[in-house]
Amino acid sequence: MKVLVAVKRVVDYNVKVRAKGDGSDVDLNNVKMAINPFCEIAVEEAVRLKEAGVATEVIAVSVGEKPCQEQIRTALALGADRGIHVETEGRIEPLVIAKLLKGVVEKEQPQLVILGKQSIDGDNNQTGQMLGALTNMPQGTFASEIKVEGDKLNVVREVDGGLQTISLSLPAIVTTDLRLNEPRYASLPNIMKAKKKQLDVFSPADLGVEVTHHIAQLRVEPPAERQAGIKVEDVAQLVDKLKNEAKVIS
Amino acid sequence: MSTLVIAEHDNSGLKPATLNAVTAAQALGADIDILVAGAGCAAVGEEAAKIAGIGKVLVADNAVYEHQLAENVSLLIAEVAAGYDNVVAPATTNGKNIMPRVAALLDVAQVSDVIAVESADTFKRPIYAGNVIATVQSSDARKVITVRTTAFDAAAAEGGSASVEAVSAVHDAGLSSFVGEEVAVSDRPELTAAPVVISGGRGMQNGDNFKLLEGIADKLGAAIGASRAAVDAGFVPNDMQVGQTGKIVAPDLYIAVGISGAIQHLAGMKDSKVIVAINKDEDAPIFQVADYGLVADLFDALPQLESAL
Repeated sequence: MKVLVAVKRVVDYNVKVRAKGDGSDVDLNNVKMAINPFCEIAVEEAVRLKEAGVATEVIAVSVGEKPCQEQIRTALALGADRGIHVETEGRIEPLVIAKLLKGVVEKEQPQLVILGKQSIDGDNNQTGQMLGALTNMPQGTFASEIKVEGDKLNVVREVDGGLQTISLSLPAIVTTDLRLNEPRYASLPNIMKAKKKQLDVFSPADLGVEVTHHIAQLRVEPPAERQAGIKVEDVAQLVDKLKNEAKVIS
Repeated sequence: MSTLVIAEHDNSGLKPATLNAVTAAQALGADIDILVAGAGCAAVGEEAAKIAGIGKVLVADNAVYEHQLAENVSLLIAEVAAGYDNVVAPATTNGKNIMPRVAALLDVAQVSDVIAVESADTFKRPIYAGNVIATVQSSDARKVITVRTTAFDAAAAEGGSASVEAVSAVHDAGLSSFVGEEVAVSDRPELTAAPVVISGGRGMQNGDNFKLLEGIADKLGAAIGASRAAVDAGFVPNDMQVGQTGKIVAPDLYIAVGISGAIQHLAGMKDSKVIVAINKDEDAPIFQVADYGLVADLFDALPQLESAL
């Protein structure tokens, strides 16, 4: 079975992003970029399916500007077989990304599409579900375990109260949660090999998609600061303050 | 102008998150109806009808909606949404699962995790793990919105007398089925609704040590949470995670134990009324947001705290 895995280029998770002084956007000058952590989990899961003999081919796709080919190469170094880059310009919204991915799905006809549940820049948590609606595929979001059983996919999902298990017909969409797996590191030989793997580039027009904008970002600002309070000497003083000053316990 | 609020419920009762979503919907300035999709959920419809300020409650009661499968419920919501300008749901795992599917079916964008409504088309939402707040404006004629429940007060659960109407539409996409669920059984309050939360971080060292929090939680009627570091380290399950990628909480009292205070975690708890931090590292960033900081070894402080309460 063919597995398509989507990867996004985002600010490295260790970078503390700040709003620019004029509030026009976030300051991303000279910051380190990386593959979105949830997408990395998606790649790892696809590669494990291949190693288990379930997947026959793993294709990594990314939508974005030219530099996102670096993140496709990262996915190839982690074990994906070939890459697809849908080259776009500027800010692009989840609905349009989902439409572009639908175009790739129609070309490649994968049985399974794995995406991260959200990217750590926009924090939208939308693309996988939108792709599901557009392709009329079922979705297993926030997955902590997946298992192919015949022509069905069982997905254990992280939900508010605990865990939920659902069964999906294939082809299906999965979005990853933290505990699905622990991604491996790419070895140097694999990084070298990844440079030679096939990487095709498409434009939105090639996929028959018009890039539209529905959301305008008017301004960005830092979150309201919370004032640091006081240090207490010991547990007795802490309990006294909570009882008599903050009055949150009785 | 009219707004449809999607009820969060378990087929027997309404979840409080619905009341927060109603308050966010009120800020849009339009008439509000509520949709209850489920199975055997008539009681939820009656409960929703009592919420103050609701026009009518639509109840789609059918086995295909019993487990909130996104494939089925999204088709229903998209159909009902045709008569509304806005569709609002709480940003629970359920809302996050279903609503983007609804937005795509309607060919509109979704505004996720709204923390403030500036006007009928302009919203504030956290991005970059809460490091930045973006103000965004939607140009879609129909708006699909999920709201962060801790950012809006609960609407009055009593006082209304909305009419209740049945929705007969049955959408079975035939793509998915429910197999089972493991719901954490606990006598403690739910994390997102608890008046007091006590959370442990990497400093707890292992899962067993979370028992040290239990006695205190019992005395305070608190829920127990964890930082992402503690979840990543395998100490506790992910449904205890407080943070941008976990649950967002805003209790009256939040006690952070052995938590350094990564921005990821702060994004999930910094709207708490009173924050207490217990950490042996006096430079831990958690102290910058704590009202009361105690620099101490948690293995000394926790037993003392339990006996002092």
